[in-house]
Amino acid sequence: MQQSYKTYCQRNNLKHIRAFVEKTLANTTLSDIEINQIVLAVDEICANLIIHSQKGNPKAEMEIIIECLPEEIIFQIIDFDASFFDFSAYKEPTITGIKKEGRKGGMGLLLVNSIMDEVEVVHRHNTNTWYLTKKIGLATT
Amino acid sequence: MKIDTQKESSFYIIAIDGDLDASSSIVLDTAIMEAIGRDEKAILFDCNALSYISSAGLGVFMSYLNEFEQQQIYSALYSLNPKVKNVFEILGLDQLIQIYADKQEAISRFNAAEL
Repeated sequence: MQQSYKTYCQRNNLKHIRAFVEKTLANTTLSDIEINQIVLAVDEICANLIIHSQKGNPKAEMEIIIECLPEEIIFQIIDFDASFFDFSAYKEPTITGIKKEGRKGGMGLLLVNSIMDEVEVVHRHNTNTWYLTKKIGLATT
Repeated sequence: MKIDTQKESSFYIIAIDGDLDASSSIVLDTAIMEAIGRDEKAILFDCNALSYISSAGLGVFMSYLNEFEQQQIYSALYSLNPKVKNVFEILGLDQLIQIYADKQEAISRFNAAEL
């Protein structure tokens, strides 16, 4: 089963993205807490695209594609007209460092990496596609 | 997301209602700044109606931890639903931020620390 949702890069759309992900995962055997974690991971990537990649450009678009397979769920988050993001150069901050510096940011990708089993970014034709994979048991009912 | 504040005895209570995400976290940030500006020394966060939190919301709480310590401000969250509490636990923030089951427990811990 594959579902997709396309929307504009606006902060107010994050709640609609979360609703789409939650609804798509509702007919799996995942628990409420597991679904919330996955919704959170997708939300974090989308928020990063809106704030950092598209820098609040309300006309920019993104697309979320969810593919539910028997043993894993694959999320594609497509950031159109985006600059290359070198995920391999990303250095995870520590919680101690974030607290010490009084930072508000820095925990989004930490959460994503903690929740998801695989995180990958592919840059092609001015588009960044984030692939998030969550391994599951027999998720689809 | 909606914020309500009220004073109860020594406690300044900030009640959070709705989703705390990248579009709404600024509202909580402002409420905490106002509480510090009022020289409040015991700030409680009523999370009973907090339905969702992302890193933007977590970041607001984290960014004030040092200031709370330096100014000897007691802060605690209470009445988190299991999904929201789990988000604090993913990165171990529940070990840095005081989280209690309900308001009574949050107040009791403050009173015990004062003795």
